[in-house]
Amino acid sequence: MNDIILTVDGLKTYFYIDKHVIKSVNGVSLKVRRGKTLGLVGESGCGKTVTSLSIMQLLPKLAKISDGSIIYHSLKGDIELRNLPRNGKKMRSIRGKEIAMIFQDPMTSLNPVYTIGYQMMENLLYHENIRKGDARKKVIKLLGELGIPKPESRIDDYPHQFSGGMRQRVMIAMAMICNPSLLIADEPTTALDVTIQAQIIEIMKQVQKEHGTSIMLITHNMGLIADMADDVAVMYMGKIVESGTIQDVLGNPQHPYTRALLKSVPVLGIGKRRRLEPIRGSTPDPLNMPEGCEFSTRCDYVTNQCLTEPPVLDIGSGHLVKCWQCKGRCLT
Amino acid sequence: MKPVITKPQLTKHVKPVKSNLMKRNWQKLKRNKLSMVGLAIVIIIILGAIFAPMLTSYKPDEIDLGNRLAPPSSNHLLGTDKLGRDVYTRLLYGSRISIIVGISGAVGGGLIGIILGCLGGYIGGRFDRILLRISEVFMTFPSLILVLILIVFLGQGLFNLIFIFSITGWMGMYRIVRSRFLSLREESFVEALRAFGISKLSIIFRHILPNTTGPIIVSITLSMPGYILSEAGLSFLGLGVPPNISTWGNIINAAQQIDIIMNNWWLWVPPGFMISLYVLGVNFLGDGLRDVLDPNQ
Repeated sequence: MNDIILTVDGLKTYFYIDKHVIKSVNGVSLKVRRGKTLGLVGESGCGKTVTSLSIMQLLPKLAKISDGSIIYHSLKGDIELRNLPRNGKKMRSIRGKEIAMIFQDPMTSLNPVYTIGYQMMENLLYHENIRKGDARKKVIKLLGELGIPKPESRIDDYPHQFSGGMRQRVMIAMAMICNPSLLIADEPTTALDVTIQAQIIEIMKQVQKEHGTSIMLITHNMGLIADMADDVAVMYMGKIVESGTIQDVLGNPQHPYTRALLKSVPVLGIGKRRRLEPIRGSTPDPLNMPEGCEFSTRCDYVTNQCLTEPPVLDIGSGHLVKCWQCKGRCLT
Repeated sequence: MKPVITKPQLTKHVKPVKSNLMKRNWQKLKRNKLSMVGLAIVIIIILGAIFAPMLTSYKPDEIDLGNRLAPPSSNHLLGTDKLGRDVYTRLLYGSRISIIVGISGAVGGGLIGIILGCLGGYIGGRFDRILLRISEVFMTFPSLILVLILIVFLGQGLFNLIFIFSITGWMGMYRIVRSRFLSLREESFVEALRAFGISKLSIIFRHILPNTTGPIIVSITLSMPGYILSEAGLSFLGLGVPPNISTWGNIINAAQQIDIIMNNWWLWVPPGFMISLYVLGVNFLGDGLRDVLDPNQ
């Protein structure tokens, strides 16, 4: 168990809105390996962000974790995050120090009234017993490492004086400043343009290599996953439909949803004549889910069997697929 | 011939101008003529209040019964009142109390409003709803009647007046701060702060509150004249500051009789003028501040 840093098992997070129950996360199990990157992919609204907020215990008040366990394997022993009070001291000391998070939109993730340095130092001073002067030095060093030119003078600038890519670097620096063991990156590059995306990814890889940080990368960008992840979990309507190493999942996708997803990714130089193949239909209404397999209404391989909940099958060395069709034989 | 390649001239490293928000706002304010006039008026009146003892040789409560209701002369620049007190002196000293009442009332009410607005806006839920209803009750009640009732209960006095102004004047600020918090608490920097494990109180008061400074300053400035006018009104009715303390309102109080209004203009024109001038000055300044600090303008 020592090579795993986070185990989420059977997590169910429901939103309770006006007597309706929206099952945003409905039985998610995943493992993040120490020092590795887990990519969590899925289309918008499938529960990726809710999963990460459940781990951080930052869910809005309407949402409740109704089942499952989230175990953080810290160096000092296992901690069941679900048992900690949401805003208690213990949980707050884990947030930021042990598990840090990067958000989607760097333009609004920094407080506009304080300098970059003040905000970064606050995080450090809050979690660690360190003198102000040392904290400042550490912040300057980290900013320099992340490619901010002239960090000694930029540290006293305000967020509006930074570009989007630089702000996202500052966010990464802020998240990394206490040297957390796990970094949850919730679509860290979605709001940035492509060249900046590449830089941010390089920085995240570099940080991971230097500090041995585990990363949980949430995205809907398949290219990003292919570039960065070691393991992949594909999510659909609150459930993990396929997971395994990147070679298994991207090289030998088994679940019809994963296949459809990969087919619908535009590839440069694909040729004008070949058309993209979007997944037909749209995601089901969360209040009115299809019976059995959630994907059955859009699946090309659907049979009567799919009206009952499919089992999770291990088709070899930890490559898990939640589909009836994979039993015993591989799809062609 | 070989082309001559000139070495690129190394530009001297220019020290970037520190963009200081305060400095920039000050530059913007300076361009607004009206608000600079307001600022000048306010500063002159405040300086007059501070250096009152140096600007006059009389005491504000020095009674000279042999020299009652004297018209303005070189001895008494603005004449004397019914008890022979120098009106100019009383005006200078009176501005102290009037300004203090204005500032303390606005700051006191502002503080209550800010604290309740922060907590209500961030925490939300039932707590916020209860606060909102309380503020509505306060607002629907005619404030003058509320003030009069409280004065009857607490008695006359400077501090009582300030206290009463504070607890009857927090609703506007509460609503401004609360509404700012309702939108700011959804900002992703707040979520990021929570994800970094920063405590709730620190998020509320150290991180979100500074984002509302603009509206707060404007609201405090613009509510100041109201308190000065209320004080003058209450003192005119004899319910404000005790009559032995000179304030602008107390000086006008003397002009309740028709014959004084008709015959002794120096008893009511100068304090009335001062009140109008100061209120005007503060309003000009407040409007200028709003233009500078309000990002929507």
